[in-house]
Amino acid sequence: MKLHRLLLAPSLGTILIFMALPISLTTLYSVLSPAQYGGVIWQPSAEAYVRLLFERDIFDDTLTFNADYLQILGRSVVQAGLATILCLLIGLPTAWFIATRPAGKKSLWLMLVTVPYWVNLLVRTIALLLILRDEGPVNGALQSLGLTDGPLSLAYNNFAIGLGLVSSFLPFMILPLYAAIERFDFSLLEAAYDLHASRWQAVWSVILPILRPGLIAGGLLVFIPGIGSYLAPDILGGGKTLMLGNLIGMQFQGSRNWPFGAALSTVLMTVTLVALILVARRAAREEA
Amino acid sequence: MQHASEACQLIGLGRSYGRGASAHRALDGIDLSIRANEFFTLLGPSGCGKTTLLRLIAGFDQPTSGQISIFGEDVAGLPPEDRPVNTVFQHYALFPHLTVAQNVGFALRMLGSPQSEIAASVARMVALVGLEGMEHRRPDQLSGGQKQRVALARALAPGPKILLLDEPLSALDAKLRQRMRSELKALQRETGITFVFVTHDQDEALAMSDRIAVMQGGRVQQLGRPDEIYEAPANRFVADFIGGANLIPARIGSQGAEAEGLGVIPATGEPGAAVTLVIRPERLAILPATQKAKDDLGPLTVVERIYMGNELSFRLEGAAVPLHVTLPRGGLRGALDFSPGDRVALRPEAGAIRVLAS
Repeated sequence: MKLHRLLLAPSLGTILIFMALPISLTTLYSVLSPAQYGGVIWQPSAEAYVRLLFERDIFDDTLTFNADYLQILGRSVVQAGLATILCLLIGLPTAWFIATRPAGKKSLWLMLVTVPYWVNLLVRTIALLLILRDEGPVNGALQSLGLTDGPLSLAYNNFAIGLGLVSSFLPFMILPLYAAIERFDFSLLEAAYDLHASRWQAVWSVILPILRPGLIAGGLLVFIPGIGSYLAPDILGGGKTLMLGNLIGMQFQGSRNWPFGAALSTVLMTVTLVALILVARRAAREEA
Repeated sequence: MQHASEACQLIGLGRSYGRGASAHRALDGIDLSIRANEFFTLLGPSGCGKTTLLRLIAGFDQPTSGQISIFGEDVAGLPPEDRPVNTVFQHYALFPHLTVAQNVGFALRMLGSPQSEIAASVARMVALVGLEGMEHRRPDQLSGGQKQRVALARALAPGPKILLLDEPLSALDAKLRQRMRSELKALQRETGITFVFVTHDQDEALAMSDRIAVMQGGRVQQLGRPDEIYEAPANRFVADFIGGANLIPARIGSQGAEAEGLGVIPATGEPGAAVTLVIRPERLAILPATQKAKDDLGPLTVVERIYMGNELSFRLEGAAVPLHVTLPRGGLRGALDFSPGDRVALRPEAGAIRVLAS
């Protein structure tokens, strides 16, 4: 009995030191006051959360509603949501293709999916920027073919960020979907056709409902890191269109407002957690 | 052209996998006509082509040659969803995310029937297979026999002209299998639908079928009523596969077929021709060698006595191949029993020995 618990010690210790402690510290910092050059002073304050929604007048301390930060949060949700949908549209056919290859070929295809991830995310993101920029190969090809007069602005906008998110997180959609399709009993598909289902009816009434757990897992694995992503908006967005990750980064670097950065982090964690609980609850209800 | 009483007509049907010399012929020129309202069984060992044939009728697979028509209509190129047939799958293939009622109503929902009609049909089908009260369960909450009934109800709900059953009883335990046999047969009579039943179990086939096609190597070896197949097997394969038989090599001599260690059995044929004698183990009487009459076979030596509850089985040596004889337990009440080492003779019933060309 005792020995069994000892087996858990390394993982429990890791979780304690690298997860529970930082999360508690973050939450604690979010209700303290900022020190002038970074760090916090031990003086409780709700100012960081107030700042999320209101702007305080420098002279008379009156609060006026300010939606700037909410907009950044909203943009993060939308960007991550779009990236999730795109990953789904690309990932489902890909996973289906791989899962239906002969047994010996599957692992080769799966390895090919992971090949780009042998390269560091930063390097890949910069590479994507080099491809998309005005002088990059895409614009070069378009112009030399005479399809466009000047360069299309492909980099430094929401489009580029979205592309960056999709290319970063696509495997996290493909792999759980692959696992779900791999387990799928294809005689169910024959049964559906046998019972007069058309191709589309078979997809909607049989395939998608049965793959739901895989779809949910893939969706969460893309959406959650997507909403807090830092590199894609920083590099591909050129710092012009902020996402929550960048805003948080700025608080700990340039602006030196640790409590505000901690408050933003806490809000992000809360939003993610609520989303997770909602999904888990719905899944549990539909199981019953 | 086709007779109206033909539910399914197969003409020169072939299915090959691969090309050229290495091609595997899963089906090799099948000609069959399955009658309306018939319980028709495709019987054979695994790999004989029976499941391939069923999949061709269902439309899951396309023939490489030949023609299939269902109630006079050529179904070439028709996808499964447009054929008036439904299938009961070997492992049921029930939709795990749907309830019993939703599974049974699936086909009508796909066909766009109104809600009220679907509900009525589901109620009727659930009652037909005796699953009242189970409508809201999911497949993983059902026993094997219940899943079997859901699969039947689901396939019957859209009102198929032909019901295809792919070894539907193979996943059930022996007792349940017995009961489902009678239920299936009753269901077929009640609905009047043509059943095409695939199995490798000869008892199942004999017990339920109106007619049986025994298959082997992608061909039909024999087509006939159960009693015809059992009593008059057309060749060695059928004789051996159905019910087990003593297959004894013999040669046509001047007075009949001469079999080593057994004597001469009345038979006609070209002198010198090799033949196979087919004798069912239960159509032989066994008696002490001292009572051997002129036409009896033997003498032989008992090497094994096997008690099987309702019958007693002996293995005998002394002929070209070991012989098996079974006696019903009832017939044994007297002193008629033998032990290994006893010398015995065999007296075949009239007409019990069939002579096949080897």
